[in-house]
Amino acid sequence: MKRIAAALLAALLLLFPFFAGDFYVNLASQILIAAIFALSLNLLVGYGGMTSLGHASYLGVAAYISALLTSRYGFGHGLAAIISIAGTTATAAFFGVIALRATGLGFLMITLALSQVLWGLAYRMSDVTNGDNGIAGLTRPMPFGISLDSPASFYWFALLVASFAFLMIAIFVSSSFGSSLKGVRDQPRRMAALGFNPWMIRWITFIYAGFWGGISGLLYVYYNKYIHPSSLSTTSSAEALLGVIAGGSGTLGGPVVGAALVLLLKNYASAYIERWNMLLGLVFLFIVLFMPTGIIPGLNKLAMGLRRALR
Amino acid sequence: MTRPMSEHALEVIDLKKAFGGLVVTQGVSLSIRPGERRLIIGPNGAGKTTLFNQISGDLRPNAGKIRLFGTDVTRLTPHKRAHFGLSRTYQIITLFTGDTLEHNVTLGLLGLRPSRWQMWRPLSHYGELATDARRTLDAVGLLHLADHPVSDIAYGEKRRVELAMALAQKPRVLLLDEPLAGLSNTERSQVKSLIASIPRQTTVIMIEHDMDTALDLAETVTLLNYGRVIVDGDRDAVIADERTREVYLGA
Amino acid sequence: MQFWIIQGLNSLSLGGLLFLLSSGFSLIFGLMRLANLTHGAFFMLGAYFGATALRSYGGLNIWMAALGAGIAVAAIGGLFERLVLTRLKTNPLGQVLVTLGMSFIISDACLMLWGGDPIPVPTPQSLQSPTRVLGFVFPTYRLVLVGCAIGAAIMLYFLLERTRLGAMIRAGVDDSQMARAVGIPVSRLFTIVFCLGAGIAGAGGVLGGPVLSAYPGLDADMLPLALIVVILGGIGSLLGAFIGSFIIGFIYTFGTALFPELAYFILFLPMIFVIAFRPQGLFGRVGA
Repeated sequence: MKRIAAALLAALLLLFPFFAGDFYVNLASQILIAAIFALSLNLLVGYGGMTSLGHASYLGVAAYISALLTSRYGFGHGLAAIISIAGTTATAAFFGVIALRATGLGFLMITLALSQVLWGLAYRMSDVTNGDNGIAGLTRPMPFGISLDSPASFYWFALLVASFAFLMIAIFVSSSFGSSLKGVRDQPRRMAALGFNPWMIRWITFIYAGFWGGISGLLYVYYNKYIHPSSLSTTSSAEALLGVIAGGSGTLGGPVVGAALVLLLKNYASAYIERWNMLLGLVFLFIVLFMPTGIIPGLNKLAMGLRRALR
Repeated sequence: MTRPMSEHALEVIDLKKAFGGLVVTQGVSLSIRPGERRLIIGPNGAGKTTLFNQISGDLRPNAGKIRLFGTDVTRLTPHKRAHFGLSRTYQIITLFTGDTLEHNVTLGLLGLRPSRWQMWRPLSHYGELATDARRTLDAVGLLHLADHPVSDIAYGEKRRVELAMALAQKPRVLLLDEPLAGLSNTERSQVKSLIASIPRQTTVIMIEHDMDTALDLAETVTLLNYGRVIVDGDRDAVIADERTREVYLGA
Repeated sequence: MQFWIIQGLNSLSLGGLLFLLSSGFSLIFGLMRLANLTHGAFFMLGAYFGATALRSYGGLNIWMAALGAGIAVAAIGGLFERLVLTRLKTNPLGQVLVTLGMSFIISDACLMLWGGDPIPVPTPQSLQSPTRVLGFVFPTYRLVLVGCAIGAAIMLYFLLERTRLGAMIRAGVDDSQMARAVGIPVSRLFTIVFCLGAGIAGAGGVLGGPVLSAYPGLDADMLPLALIVVILGGIGSLLGAFIGSFIIGFIYTFGTALFPELAYFILFLPMIFVIAFRPQGLFGRVGA
């Protein structure tokens, strides 16, 4: 039964551009990018027990490095991508060393402060980053000479990358390292007494999460052909965190669902309400107060409550 | 004639620990030979768990040394001491409550193996780990509950799982922090027979604050009070010692 | 020479403002173990309230405006604490997330109510004429800001060290479980401290008006500075917040003046230094 459902889903995803219009295909591409970003964040939040409010840093660093190298220094996309990801991973390694001096709220505050420093740099170093204007006029890569400019071709590219990301992260969390990560999340003292090195496990996870955050950043800048400091902002990190929590951080698929929901909400809401930030804030409050384990379990509880009330 | 240093499984030399103005460990020295069964007793607040925490590395002493089989481990982090053959249980149950018993013991086995860094293969690939885990559970009589989550089992059974995890790694030195606390009479005798059956390759050091319960498991006894060693020696000698009675009657 | 003195004074006045901002943050974190991410928004809200009040009522002086704004922001903070935060006692992560959500709500509300253009806050008449000291000319208001910070610091010190309420707060910071056990009404204390912190931030926003004005994004500019001050000075320590504020005031002002593009990066450095070598901050009482 599960196999049939999985096969149907795969077929649906693959054939999507054939029966959906350009607008929806583009939306789907954005969802795929947000999904990778949310999955990478959930490595930290759900599996590692480390809530970060600075994950947008890695999306932004990758995007900016790629944008600068291709538009200003004439690098080809392939080399630019490699340098981008290398730079992002190095940033994650560096930030990890600093942030992991603390746990819990201290960790949260440090990740927030660090990402704000990056945001401030992107904003102020206008000579380099073009400041508030952002960097525009970017191009998409042409892997093996194939153009990614049409919505459908980009969608398939994003689908390929997202599927790969999902697979890699799934392998990671079910590996023995993944089990030790979950163990450190649940009982760090016990794990240390058993011979596991909690700091190293957390740091490696932090770097891996930054890596995939960078991958989503590359897709992001390819899709938009534009990058702006707001992608590094706390709002960006908060949207990803909301997606993870709304979808449910306990599973692999939850953050994907949550990211999709947040993106769809953002898209549809912005047609009617100008104030996306306010809506985001209200949704945050709502989810945390009434559905803290995620929408699916929350809806379940609601349904049960309704059933009881109607009896 | 003094014994060569490496003959001792665990040596604690003049250990001192203070929290601000409160001195919890005052110049504690211990020498424990391999295979020994030592009981550390003392009233509440005597500093027994703090001592254990310093031996396991969870706390850094302000002064003094700790040696495991002759090697100075005072500056080593807890996980490195585990690789040195140190294992411990805690006063509070620190099991992975959402996971099965088998998974708990598997994690216990994984801690010392290089495969713990493996990021590619699923944990289930390591069949020998699962077999070893089940064998360990069988040795403590809990194989029938192997696939149950820890949250489902009784308190006494949880204590046995803790013990199983600690023993699975075949430690050279095992620290048991109040292993019999909160157990019913049947559970207590089960855990006691488990402790009694621990092989001699493992040196066992136990904390209990109720003197009578664990006395028959001990060969040597150390009495702590106010962070100091009051009496130290063979069990019968310590029981007979006047100072022991003073501490317990006066407390 | 003039440059150094002026930047020095700017540093002091920024430090003073930062103290008004971060003292509340530090107290809230210390007592409630809550990283109040709404704090920047409280500051900004106060600034907007004050700006509007001062522009609408010509006769109003800045002190009254600050007091009024402080009370208004404290009330909003109190409502938030009672209605939302108390329901999340068992979910510390959730508490932080709702403060984040609240900050989004407040900042968008300000955008909605006051529009996108910065609203300048007039320097009070009586303090407009510059002060002459040793042949140098100083903008008087900036000197006054330092005085405000010192005044606030003294009042807070008095509150914490010499009153019963302060003793209860300090007990709560040191060990809230124990404090509850001895009968201290900790949840009422939480509300009081949250209101106090929010109110000081709101008043600070007004007092900062003549220097910073009220503009969208003020909250995002101020919050990371508060975070860095508290990381540097240590959580729950008033002295740490005081000294940390002035250190950051100096680093930020001189950094922006000398290396404008790298100002944020320069702030980075003391923060890393502290985290690397003394994670509890210079004067911290509570581990992060």
